[in-house]
Amino acid sequence: MEKKIRVLVAKPGLDGHDRGAKVVARALRDAGMEVIYTGLHQTAEMVVETAIQEDVDVVGLSLLSGAHMTLFVDVARLMKKKGLDDVLLVGGGIIPEEDISKLHKEGIAGVFGPGTPCEDIVKFIKENVKK
Amino acid sequence: MKDIAKKVLSGDSHAIARLITLAENNDPSAIAYMKDIHPHTGKAHVIGITGVMGSGKSTLIYELTRQYRKHGKNVGIIAIDPTSPFSGGALLGDRVRMMELAMDEGVFIRSMGTRGMLGGLASAVYDVVEILDASGKDVIIVETVGVGQAEVDVIKIADTTLVIIVPGLGDSIQTLKAGVMEIADIYIVNKADRDGVEQTVAEIESLVDISCSGKDRVTPILTTIAKQGKGIKELIKEIENHEKYLKKTKEFDVQRRIRYETELIEIIRKRLMNFIFDEEQFKYRVESLIDQISKKEIDPHSAAKEILSKILK
Repeated sequence: MEKKIRVLVAKPGLDGHDRGAKVVARALRDAGMEVIYTGLHQTAEMVVETAIQEDVDVVGLSLLSGAHMTLFVDVARLMKKKGLDDVLLVGGGIIPEEDISKLHKEGIAGVFGPGTPCEDIVKFIKENVKK
Repeated sequence: MKDIAKKVLSGDSHAIARLITLAENNDPSAIAYMKDIHPHTGKAHVIGITGVMGSGKSTLIYELTRQYRKHGKNVGIIAIDPTSPFSGGALLGDRVRMMELAMDEGVFIRSMGTRGMLGGLASAVYDVVEILDASGKDVIIVETVGVGQAEVDVIKIADTTLVIIVPGLGDSIQTLKAGVMEIADIYIVNKADRDGVEQTVAEIESLVDISCSGKDRVTPILTTIAKQGKGIKELIKEIENHEKYLKKTKEFDVQRRIRYETELIEIIRKRLMNFIFDEEQFKYRVESLIDQISKKEIDPHSAAKEILSKILK
């Protein structure tokens, strides 16, 4: 078996700042993962459908507009509805401290704020990937 | 029949996606499923698209797929990007230009890393074509990595091979002569709103004149502006013409035979390599032979002979 961790890196919502997503995508690639990058302005439906077709182990969301409580949660709920229980969901962006535990409760297992070293994200994924 | 195979045949995208993963990972369980679906394959027309980096392959596939959808055809897309030889990871970004297709139930897109395969394809691509074919796709489009000169394996899997060129490559078309420029069933000069289109078309024409002498089909050269959707209808017409030509001349059977031959060789190659380099009984011998080669105690050919003699007895 030559299992590789496959990660979908997606930017839901309307902000156009994809620098962070690209830096993380590259770090994951350099850690030996296959990263599917889909670009800007994804709806929750697009993210989940892509996650199904690409059979990813991890979905990583990046959002800088402040709409994470809506959009991250939309993706998490839709993933549950579509039976993607074995897919690890993580998110990053400018996320206030008090939102983090709420996001955890909704199923966003890892939440990474500004300044998180890429190695931490790689480590978290490797330790928590479910498949 | 196994459940997952049955679901693939019914077009279930979870099952299609999972079986592709099993095949990509060389999971032993994939073999039984592939056996079940094989009798249901052979119906889809496979289009290979190749060309240098930045020639507009993904954008062209997006427009082509939209057009096929208007005709009511289901489309499978396999988008291949290179795997890093250092980390083993890959950045698969072809979906960015096909975003609008994500929510279309008649389209299934899968991104693949080459995972060590040369030739512009991914090692499990033959399995993925079979899976998408069995799942009821009418057209399967295989996008190779951005190629240089020698990545021509796509002709072995595709019924119709499209080679995309952009104006302004100048003399480099000349250098492409021997590899990529030989394999086209249809040439496409994309980004035809740029300067130098006529010259590029003329250069390809002169190549076609040389290589088509004595053949009963002249390779067409089309101009497109994929970003504006221009030339796509004409392209679909030419793909249909080529399909008709293949079926009329029995070339089709020859083409399919080449695909299965290549697939068989690839499976045997993969399993033999795994056998030699992963099985305990050979692994240590291989390692020590490599040491011996470095120390000039044995030469590489004799070392290979020793390993092969162990397998062949």
